[in-house]
Amino acid sequence: MGVGGEEPRVVAKLRERFPDALQEVRAVRDDLTIVLSPAAIREACCFLRDDPELRYEFLSDLTRVDRLRLPEATPRFEVVYHLTSLRNSSRLRLKVRVPDGEAVDSVTAVWEGANWLEREVYDLMGIPFRDHPDLRRLVLPDDFEGHALRKDFPVTTEPRWWEEKGER
Amino acid sequence: MTETRTMVLNMGPQHPSTHGVLRLVLELDGEVVVRCVPHIGYLHTGMEKIMEAKRYQQAITVTDRMDYLAPMSNNLAFVLSVERLLGVEATDRAQVIRVMMAELTRIKSHLVWLATHALDIGAMSVFLYCFRERERILDLYEMVSGQRMMSSYIRVGGLMADLPEGFERAVRDFLDEFPKRVDEYEDLLTQNKLWLQRTVGVGVLKREEAIALGVSGPALRATGVPWDIRKVWPYSGYDRFHFEISLGNNGDVYDRYRCRIFEMRQSAAIVRQCLDRMPKGPVNIADPKIVPPPKPLVRQSMEALIHHFLLYSQGFTVPPGEAYVPIESPKGEIGFYVVSDGSNTPYRVRVRPPSLLNLQALPRMVGGRMVADVVAVIGSIDIVLGEIDR
Repeated sequence: MGVGGEEPRVVAKLRERFPDALQEVRAVRDDLTIVLSPAAIREACCFLRDDPELRYEFLSDLTRVDRLRLPEATPRFEVVYHLTSLRNSSRLRLKVRVPDGEAVDSVTAVWEGANWLEREVYDLMGIPFRDHPDLRRLVLPDDFEGHALRKDFPVTTEPRWWEEKGER
Repeated sequence: MTETRTMVLNMGPQHPSTHGVLRLVLELDGEVVVRCVPHIGYLHTGMEKIMEAKRYQQAITVTDRMDYLAPMSNNLAFVLSVERLLGVEATDRAQVIRVMMAELTRIKSHLVWLATHALDIGAMSVFLYCFRERERILDLYEMVSGQRMMSSYIRVGGLMADLPEGFERAVRDFLDEFPKRVDEYEDLLTQNKLWLQRTVGVGVLKREEAIALGVSGPALRATGVPWDIRKVWPYSGYDRFHFEISLGNNGDVYDRYRCRIFEMRQSAAIVRQCLDRMPKGPVNIADPKIVPPPKPLVRQSMEALIHHFLLYSQGFTVPPGEAYVPIESPKGEIGFYVVSDGSNTPYRVRVRPPSLLNLQALPRMVGGRMVADVVAVIGSIDIVLGEIDR
């Protein structure tokens, strides 16, 4: 999929199918990033997977970035999808930006493999996915408080002995 | 009238065949698995969070500890992402050495897989044989990096150091012997009736299922998908080497076994090609802002001293941006999604853990099979809990 003067095929097709959903398109070297509006994400994923020309049938990764300390911090969270087309050997990065507390549509129905990835994001970043079949914490215990990968979660939480008040 | 009920069996996290601290809750109907729910997280140490608190060069040491059976593959994946952000490319010699070490790592990782997998199914001697060969590779690791496991040998901009004297001889000695050793493993297993009964047709994963589940690596190729990132998006100059990718057909435990055995032989061939065409030259790029100057120079040149001081007290900064460079690790597609805010620590590091996604396919593979097959299937997907839990 060429990234040059002309718009890549996948962008054109997405723009045609979802005229209002494309918020931003960026191509740095061979890295293509498309930012979509949250409402369109599941349908767009379905479209990208099933389109006979594009065939992004492999979800490489799904993760989230907390943009709290970045210059451009609103909306706070960015869900990042790395899609791979095994047929065309091409890669695509999709993004959805949401404020704190707002749920994103789950793509588990599109790629079964998204199940644990979304659970991990829910666990460590603390934002639910709508219509997820089994939304539980993945790696941390169920009674853990807080979400460890948020930027306002401290790296160390155990009080150090010289800072501790009262008896040990 | 007798009532039949299913029984819940807890397997792990301290079960020897779960390869670490994996816990499975199995619902059994007699000896048949009705439902399998994996529970993970016992080894979670927040590695992504730790990496976000480290400088780039320091964060490499954390990658070693994820998939501790293939540290150099992890080093390489992380370093490639950072180098993409920096816009630098390693020297020819460094690239060939990286490929060589990555392939030795593949052999080493597959040896542990074969050893433990065979041990689970009851072939004790294969375990001892494989560890004997693995020891040789650990010795090679020690020669180049001073460490047998947590090597951190591959660094941003190049390598920790050039190859030591006598290294080529040592690798050639190993390569001369290794194919015969693989024949030996195959003599013990490939046609072994017991082995075939335990593996053929067990834990079948269909092609479509594997793709939908995000399964990668040998487990995906065993289902008949010719997908190897070394071929598809060659990194570190893999396109200059001749090798074939493994391919299975049925997606069962036996095919995964055949794929990995084949890969070990191919990896040995790649290592030999590396030695034969090892280019001369420096192993680090000539950018003093990224790679520390040689120690003798620090004592002579003021500028080198300043660079040395800055690199070891502050590290280097990386321009803002994001990068994801996937590579083919022994387990499958591994890639580090690195987001930089322009400072000297990564803003966000996310690992795409192949073992996690491969493990997710486990319930699909064991449903309706016997409990004993669960052990065979876990062994065949080659998981490392350090990487799953991170």
